[in-house]
Amino acid sequence: MILRLAVAALVAFMTLPTLVVIAVSFNPTAILSFPPAGLSLRWYVNVLTYPQFQRAAWNSVLVTAGAVALAMPIGMAAALALARGRLRAPQLWATLLLSPLVVPGVAAGLGFLILGAGLGLLRSRAVLIAAHVALVLPFVVRSAWVSARNLDPALERAAASLGATPWRVFRRVTLPLLRPGLLAALLFAVIVSLNEFVVSLFISTRLTEILPVAMFTYVVNYTDPTIAALSSLFILATIVVVWLADRFLDLGGVFIHHRQ
Amino acid sequence: MRLLLTPALIVVAVFAAALAALLRYSVLEFVPGSLQTGGLTAANFAGILSRQYLGAVWDTVLLSLATTVLTLVASYPVAYALARTRSARTRSTLLVLTLAPFFTGAIVRTYAWVLVLGNTVWTWPVPMLFTPRGVLVGLVHFSMPTMILLLAAAISHVDPVYERAAASLGAGPWRVFRRVTLPLSMPGIVSGSVIVFAWTLSAFATPELLGGGRVKMIANVVRDLALDSFNWPGGAAFAAVALIVTLVLLAAVGRLTAGPERNVP
Repeated sequence: MILRLAVAALVAFMTLPTLVVIAVSFNPTAILSFPPAGLSLRWYVNVLTYPQFQRAAWNSVLVTAGAVALAMPIGMAAALALARGRLRAPQLWATLLLSPLVVPGVAAGLGFLILGAGLGLLRSRAVLIAAHVALVLPFVVRSAWVSARNLDPALERAAASLGATPWRVFRRVTLPLLRPGLLAALLFAVIVSLNEFVVSLFISTRLTEILPVAMFTYVVNYTDPTIAALSSLFILATIVVVWLADRFLDLGGVFIHHRQ
Repeated sequence: MRLLLTPALIVVAVFAAALAALLRYSVLEFVPGSLQTGGLTAANFAGILSRQYLGAVWDTVLLSLATTVLTLVASYPVAYALARTRSARTRSTLLVLTLAPFFTGAIVRTYAWVLVLGNTVWTWPVPMLFTPRGVLVGLVHFSMPTMILLLAAAISHVDPVYERAAASLGAGPWRVFRRVTLPLSMPGIVSGSVIVFAWTLSAFATPELLGGGRVKMIANVVRDLALDSFNWPGGAAFAAVALIVTLVLLAAVGRLTAGPERNVP
């Protein structure tokens, strides 16, 4: 009973800020108040019509699409190599591929800034996309690796012995069996890239900045609830995605070892 | 088959090149008013221990320690419930509520605390926003999902049979927890604490927004140096120290070798 109360209180602590953001986003005045004095959608209108957010949203789409399009095939190939390649030390290779995960954001950000400036690439989105590929690749490799390891090679051998070409085996047997892992990989890659902030802050200009960076700049300069509205849209999208993932991908199975 | 690894290794090489550029700049002399650098120097690292920045280093260590302890205490009950509940619906709800903030990103999460701590919802008896207290609340909230997942994974590996055995021999629930569950979940507690500590050491968005320039941690100093003063070598030295400390800490708990079974982002 005490445990239940504690868990409820802690979950409330974790959820409370989200609820406040959503409530404040409907606030009718620029001065924040809670509970709101009325209901208004003006901050949502502001989000959708603020030119810098439009530009940043488009940048987010381009950077995330570019990074995910590169990271998915690269990560899948690496996962197959790790699971099936008879490498001498797969753990060592995996550690290397997952290493960007453990590097502090400011170190990676400043490193890419120095590197990009040296190459004269900072005005384009090339450095942003390269950094995002490196940052989402570990998530892709890890999710795809789980599926690749659980894949029974006998199924592929059976298809091959029945006359399927290697390409056909890959397309008709390997790929469908990897699908849950690849869907999870795609989910992680998109979410991580869309939310990436610290590294992007260092390597973007006003013209190339993605949404989280534009939101950060706005929060620092203005106090009206526009960011609450934009945050609410982010939260809504996230809840839908996580719910769908939990429903169809057994998210718990990815994270926690179940008994029975 | 091995060729399949090549594209991924190229990506890692690009990432490594960025870190190499950072390390190289950390030992180059800063020329004020210029992005050009001078010769080799140790002055950037000496600067970290200067009077101007030592406060930020000290605050960072204290805040990280406090964050680790509070996060551990706050996460254990939730992780326990997540690992032990028999109801699929409770587990699903807890999991979604735990993961949702994890997926909403640093800015959304931190902005939410700007609203809560900034006397929007109710008036705090003591100032919270732009104080170390407020930053601490934000950091704990930020670390909880990670800690909950790591602890839940550890607790779910503790066979409930041991707990039932202890209970059947007359131990009360508190004693079962203290003598059986807690010691058996210790590996998760240790690795979770070190990971949260290491990540908090280089926290950026939370102190930047909730500290409002008055509470500075190492990563905020890196930003100020690199993006406001254009002192890339000075920022690089701070970032290099954060990088090395983080890698050493994570290596100590074996988190650098993360196999697929340790699937915690």
